[in-house]
Amino acid sequence: MRRYVVRRLAQAVGVLWAAYTVSFLVLDFLPGDPVSAMAGAGMDSGQPDPAQLARLRHEYGFDKPVLVQYAEYLGRAVRGDFGDAVSTGRPVTATLADALPQTLQLTGAALLLAVVLGGGLAVVATYTSRRWLRQLLLSLPPLGVSVPTFWVGLLLVEAFSFELRWFPAFGNDGLRGLVLPALTLAVPTGAQVAQVLAKSLLTALDQPYVETARAKGAGRWRVHLRHALRNASLPALTVVGLLVGQLIAGSVVVETVFSRDGLGRVTAAAVTTQDIPLVQGVVVFGALIFVATNLLVDLVYPLLDPRIVVAPDRRAGFA
Amino acid sequence: MTALPDLRPSRWAPLAALLTTSVLLTACGSGDDGSGAASGPAKSGGTLTFAVGSDSGCVDPQQVGSNDTIYSVRQIVDSLTDQDPKTGKIVPWLARSWDVSADATTFTFHLRSGVTFSDGSKLTAQVVKDNFDAVPRLGALGTLAEGYLSGVKSTTVVDPLTVKVAFRQPNAQFLQATSTHSLGIESSASVEKTPQQKCSDGVVGSGPFVLKQYVQNQSVTLTRRTGYDWGSALWSKKGEAYLDRLVFKVVPEAGVRAGSLRSGQVDAISSVGKANEAALKGGQVTLVSRANPGVVFGLGLNNARPLLKDVKVRRAILAAVDRKQIADTVFPTGTRPATSVLAHTTPDYTDLSTDLAFAAAKAKSLLNEAGWQTGSDGIRTKGGSRLALTINWFPNAATNQPALELVQQQLKAVAIDVVLKQLPVTQFATTLQSGDFDVVWANVTRADPDILRSSFSTRLANFYRLPAGSLDTALSAQAATADPAERGRLVAQAQQLIVRNAYNVPVVELQTQLGVSNKVHDLEFDSGSRVQLHDTWIG
Repeated sequence: MRRYVVRRLAQAVGVLWAAYTVSFLVLDFLPGDPVSAMAGAGMDSGQPDPAQLARLRHEYGFDKPVLVQYAEYLGRAVRGDFGDAVSTGRPVTATLADALPQTLQLTGAALLLAVVLGGGLAVVATYTSRRWLRQLLLSLPPLGVSVPTFWVGLLLVEAFSFELRWFPAFGNDGLRGLVLPALTLAVPTGAQVAQVLAKSLLTALDQPYVETARAKGAGRWRVHLRHALRNASLPALTVVGLLVGQLIAGSVVVETVFSRDGLGRVTAAAVTTQDIPLVQGVVVFGALIFVATNLLVDLVYPLLDPRIVVAPDRRAGFA
Repeated sequence: MTALPDLRPSRWAPLAALLTTSVLLTACGSGDDGSGAASGPAKSGGTLTFAVGSDSGCVDPQQVGSNDTIYSVRQIVDSLTDQDPKTGKIVPWLARSWDVSADATTFTFHLRSGVTFSDGSKLTAQVVKDNFDAVPRLGALGTLAEGYLSGVKSTTVVDPLTVKVAFRQPNAQFLQATSTHSLGIESSASVEKTPQQKCSDGVVGSGPFVLKQYVQNQSVTLTRRTGYDWGSALWSKKGEAYLDRLVFKVVPEAGVRAGSLRSGQVDAISSVGKANEAALKGGQVTLVSRANPGVVFGLGLNNARPLLKDVKVRRAILAAVDRKQIADTVFPTGTRPATSVLAHTTPDYTDLSTDLAFAAAKAKSLLNEAGWQTGSDGIRTKGGSRLALTINWFPNAATNQPALELVQQQLKAVAIDVVLKQLPVTQFATTLQSGDFDVVWANVTRADPDILRSSFSTRLANFYRLPAGSLDTALSAQAATADPAERGRLVAQAQQLIVRNAYNVPVVELQTQLGVSNKVHDLEFDSGSRVQLHDTWIG
């Protein structure tokens, strides 16, 4: 078990390094740099003075060779110092730390809604013996996956904020302000949970052990929840691990539509202004959350399914 | 032995998605603002909630360039002077009066006495000097203010209430620059802070409102300055502002801003585009608008390009553009087609609408005269080369693409081929510097005609590669003239030279449009088409 954890941690570090390097290369490959980006942001305010831009580039070190910049950034990043955001001058870590709680609140609420609503839908759809209801319920997830989040958000805000005036249309304030954004973000996520869980529930219900359980006289509901669901939840759990990454990506859109502060807004702004240190920070941080969640999911597997044991030695099949 | 579900291969897909989402995102530009009508007796009190489209991450008036942020931070500071939006005339604010040397190199300001900053400190000549001395050190975000003070030789304290600013070269624009938010005067304690600290913590000013709270990407909250008694000569109310509180909420989505105004969640919104006009009309909302002063949106020609070196080709392009069609189809209602290279709200603007009339027949005959004949593919050719141009544009306004698609059609009608090439906003500066472009779609907001010199003088950056000539003489002379009438004459001459030589193809004025609830009164535009909220009241 310890070797397993150590190996997974080493992999996690590798992933973080790769994310850092790839994002650095992509940003470097793009024409321009944060200094010209700042000049461009004020393009309505006049033409930039080339000498001044050159001086600023030198100040920030953007005139150094790429490899030198990369080495310097990486050296500092390893020590947890991602430098200052070029656009605001604030430390990257402080910017992210400020935005994180808002996004955790949003993605946490969305994940909860997704699991409850998506899981509930899958259970009901596979339990019901009414064909039409099952068909109807099973047709919802593909719809939820395919409608754009942006559009769902605008629709919800139009109906529940502008017309009914139940919830505020913007801002981070309180639980009421969280309802619409979390629901918006939960739609595609919950739909995927529902799709995977429904499919594996249907598969599980065909398994011999279900037959056995029925033969032993277990009630239908008990068979469905105790036996089938427990086995079917494994793939769904894997999906939830994946969805955390999607939720963070989705927060870019949702936080913009609902004018919430958070990592998504920080990301959008950082990319717009080509703020290299900030984008690097966001990418590494996003990768960190993703890696941590998946590690957690892997460690939970054995608890759900006793057949999954971690090999004491030999090359285990962990990818 | 390990048994795991075989769901793993696509595990890293969301991470990749996160990366690509980040990289694919592009900027949404933001526009500008307006004014409201008054009724009944004005009354004090209340909170104005104003939804703006963006947060630039900085609340220092000296370091912000985006209208969405200027709306709020402008209210924190006073400037030495103010500029009448109707006449362009410079009027007293913190300075009671001023003297400008005849060659426009030295500016002496006589300050009002009894002005205090919200930290209790007094306004003195030394404070003004501290401000101006610190401006060149503002760095990347302070380019506007730095530009206004570029070429400054010294700022000297003549006596406690008299300050003298001397420039190495004539610099007539400086007087107007002192009326801008960029040269708003901050307390000595604020000036001592680093530019970054000023950005994130805000500054202490002497303005009619005080910064109460700034929450990044969320809101800027201001409260009324009690005891304020040194307002601009333009303001109708003496003493303190009417409103108790101003709350600026950052709402990036234009549709959400419009809906929030319609449903009464906010009292005013910035950047109302044509798409949202219909949703707002008929309700308890008034749309107010004003053209931004400065160089209008137009085709910034690279005059050094072989095709564009020929004045006949340039003039043909100028004549082939139907400005009215573009203004009416794409831009907010009331937007004016360009009638000069300067917008009509710029001081010393000259009406050159006859020179800028749509005349496709004239364009065709000019091109024929220049030897360009229509080839087999419907595009003109001469000596084996095609009359084809690439217009580079940047997504800093939603109107850019549809406007340029119309330009493309209009030029096609006179057999000029146009390719539209979108570049990220981050490449604007590098594109201009490199000179590797045919045409750039751009505008510049500035309420002083000296913007013509920054844009078109061959003695400065000369991004549009104009040939040296009589235009330079006129532009330099206007910068060296303190006499308003003489300066106006020179600026008019410069506009004529630019338009008649078609160094630039003016197309349409940028109009700032705000949506304002009908309960809000006297929300006025200043000379830069941003808002002044001292006189604003709710009732």
